[in-house]
Amino acid sequence: MTETKKEEITKYIVISSDNVLPSDAAMKIYESEFPVTVKETCFGLIISGAKDDVQTLVEQIRQLDKNHIFVKDRGFPPGDERRCRASRGGGPRPGFHFLREEVEMLPAIGAALDELEAKECVKEKRKTKCRLKTSDLKKVIEEELAR
Amino acid sequence: MSFLAKVFIYPINSLILADLVERFGHKPLTMMSQIREKVTSLSLDSPPINITPEDPKLGLKYAAIEVPAGVRGRMALIGPLIEQTEAAIIVENPPTDFGCVGCNRTNELTKYLVRSKGVPVLEVKYPESDDEARDFVYKIAAFLESLPKEKPETGEKSKGKESAEKEDKE
Repeated sequence: MTETKKEEITKYIVISSDNVLPSDAAMKIYESEFPVTVKETCFGLIISGAKDDVQTLVEQIRQLDKNHIFVKDRGFPPGDERRCRASRGGGPRPGFHFLREEVEMLPAIGAALDELEAKECVKEKRKTKCRLKTSDLKKVIEEELAR
Repeated sequence: MSFLAKVFIYPINSLILADLVERFGHKPLTMMSQIREKVTSLSLDSPPINITPEDPKLGLKYAAIEVPAGVRGRMALIGPLIEQTEAAIIVENPPTDFGCVGCNRTNELTKYLVRSKGVPVLEVKYPESDDEARDFVYKIAAFLESLPKEKPETGEKSKGKESAEKEDKE
């Protein structure tokens, strides 16, 4: 019987949070005891391992500060000779330039996501039916009469 | 994890777009997934080369023979993604359009093919300030929430099943 190899994936976790550091996220992964490879970088983490494990971990880490932690796939596994700086004589690896540009925009994107979430909360609150307060009714009547 | 729709993003390797699409429950169609299949399969036995001589031939489906091999090689990866596309988000003026996705002819062809596919397309400008970032996120969120919650294929299949059942009963 041949064992079927599980699909392995790699993901970038880019952290743009005031509360969570890449080292905190790395510690969280070590604590979880999933058999994955973790590489800490200047912008966050690279996680590689079985698809289910990585997806579970990514969701756990995202919950640490969900609007300020961003995730994307990576094609090459960490330390791959074709991309790793160690075997290419230093310098930024191909693909890093665009990531660096996007990382500069992440605080603004995170703040926009915070605002969006806050607005949705307000909308949900408005949807719930409740009795009209007499003070609110008074305001409505006054506004109508003032027209 | 079940996704609602397959959303093509441009720039095709964007962190922000891939994250936003996944955050709202859809599946981003990205270059990274295509590259992963390429570089982790055993058939590629000549690193550091990622593209095999077969790829420009596959790209002939999307670009003519006169078109440079680089465009056709890139289209061999991007073309299958366009075929799966159910919606698309195109960002104009991304700040860095160089490196592996820096081929302007490929990018123009990609955008043309996506626009002519007839799927819902959102075109936004890359944000450069906080206000623009807010608009950018709001527009993308509204677009992704407006996408159909159920895939039409499953609907057709279920309809087909229903009609078959009816015929059986009759």
